[in-house]
Amino acid sequence: MLEISALRKSFSGFVAVSDVSFTVETQQIAAVIGPNGAGKSTLFNLITGHLQPDSGTVVLDGKDITGVQPHQICRMGIGRSFQRTNIFPRLSVFENVQAAYLIHRGRGPNFWSRSSSFYHDDVEALLGQIGLREHASSLAGTLSYGNQKQLELGLALASDPALLLLDEPTAGMSASETHDTIALIEKIASERALTLLFTEHDMDVVFSIAQKIAVMHQGRLIADGPPAEVRADPTVRRVYLGEH
Amino acid sequence: MSRFNLRSERVPWALIVFLIALWLPWVGSRYDTLIGTQILIYALFALSLNLLLGVTGLVSFGHVAYFGLGAYICALLMKSLHWPFLLSFPAAGLGAGLFALVFGFFCVRLTKIYFAMLTLAFSQIVWAICFKWNDVTGGDQGLPDVPFPDLAWMSSLPGFGHFRIGDEFYFLVLVLVMLCVAALRRLERSPFGRVLTTIRENPERAAFVGVNVRAYELAAFTVAGIFGGFSGALFGIFNRGVYADFVFWSKSADVMIMTILGGMNHFWGPVVGAAVLTILNQQITSYTEYWPLVLGTILVVLLFAFPGGIMGALDAGWTRLTHRRRNA
Repeated sequence: MLEISALRKSFSGFVAVSDVSFTVETQQIAAVIGPNGAGKSTLFNLITGHLQPDSGTVVLDGKDITGVQPHQICRMGIGRSFQRTNIFPRLSVFENVQAAYLIHRGRGPNFWSRSSSFYHDDVEALLGQIGLREHASSLAGTLSYGNQKQLELGLALASDPALLLLDEPTAGMSASETHDTIALIEKIASERALTLLFTEHDMDVVFSIAQKIAVMHQGRLIADGPPAEVRADPTVRRVYLGEH
Repeated sequence: MSRFNLRSERVPWALIVFLIALWLPWVGSRYDTLIGTQILIYALFALSLNLLLGVTGLVSFGHVAYFGLGAYICALLMKSLHWPFLLSFPAAGLGAGLFALVFGFFCVRLTKIYFAMLTLAFSQIVWAICFKWNDVTGGDQGLPDVPFPDLAWMSSLPGFGHFRIGDEFYFLVLVLVMLCVAALRRLERSPFGRVLTTIRENPERAAFVGVNVRAYELAAFTVAGIFGGFSGALFGIFNRGVYADFVFWSKSADVMIMTILGGMNHFWGPVVGAAVLTILNQQITSYTEYWPLVLGTILVVLLFAFPGGIMGALDAGWTRLTHRRRNA
């Protein structure tokens, strides 16, 4: 599904991502872990076209998407949530999701019809799925932090992605919110047969749902494999898991 | 929740405004009609700016370029080439839009203050050309004596027989401006308009639900240029002449003040701003020569007390009123 090979990115001398290669299979749930500053978010930004790599390639379903613009990558079937919550704060929850549908279904150039009349059922259904139906008419910016994260998941899902990238989906959440969010993500991933790649700081979450784990440290990939293997890896234990 | 709402789509504000404005030449003086015409034209100009400012979130300091280009194109076509107004007016909008497309192509490559500076730079280039190209634009002499459109047919309409040319021109401006307003309203409520608001709210997220942000910004810039051009075309005729100061950057500031004063988060904000500013300007300059001082004071107070502008304040007041009534 996703093949990353020898990806490298430096910012004025500082190497944020250094020769990272790994693959994610179709419908696999994969996690990237590593301490703060290990290069996880940079890696995501390289995959989704927000940053251009210095070298290396990103291949999606056999197609080279290295250096393609973010909006085009989104149309190729990659959905994404951001670490810092990224929604449309002064639109209602309903309008947020509706906008994502309008865009994904190519209605953007339509300047004559009323946007409020489009895709009511689809928006309602998706809001139900992500648990925000009762907040439909609230302004998105007034939602609680956890709900905003849910909405962001909704925005990513509206473009009907095959591969979903979630950057710290539970950052800043309480233990029970984390639990609910992860259960929701797992359920949606299996219902929609999604391939999932996520970063996460909560090791319990990672080891409970990931089928494959990549460990980054100072921009390099130091381990990559099934959870049991990664947990037993001596390098990982030394530089990362041992700290906790 | 079926409570009456100022923002409700069921209130036909455009029709209400049109019907009230229609009576002006009957009930008002010749001077009132003159001010009314000016308000209508500035309202369209401010609305076209707000497509960028309030809807797409693009701060353009050079919107006057398209107002001026529309004015020059329409005036040149009518005066030098003797085209009828019916052709010159659309040509002015399209011409201004074409320039907006070309200038915008470069502007949308930059963001924030750099975008604003580049729009300003292009408008100053347009100004310099209008000011210096004597053979075509008349240079600092401008283009005086722009002809009025032929409106003699209007006096054959029942009830319209006794109007002066200024009143007839007012009716023409009213109809054209309201058509433009209706089109802009429609555009802002359309899926295209929704995409523009997602760019205003969060361009990064918009890109990652699949929006080609630059392309949409360019489209908005061009449409704003077209309607800015329409307003300029009307103003040139209204003013009976087109001069280089039509394109001078301070006019970009004027229209921005109108938009912000009226409220850029509300569709009718720029219209209200244009009306309030034009009327205040007329009233206060008859009492004191320190109009800019008064305007500055009003702006300071307004920006601190009502950051949403006049319409924002009205909206908030109305919401509080209806809430209290419902809770009582």
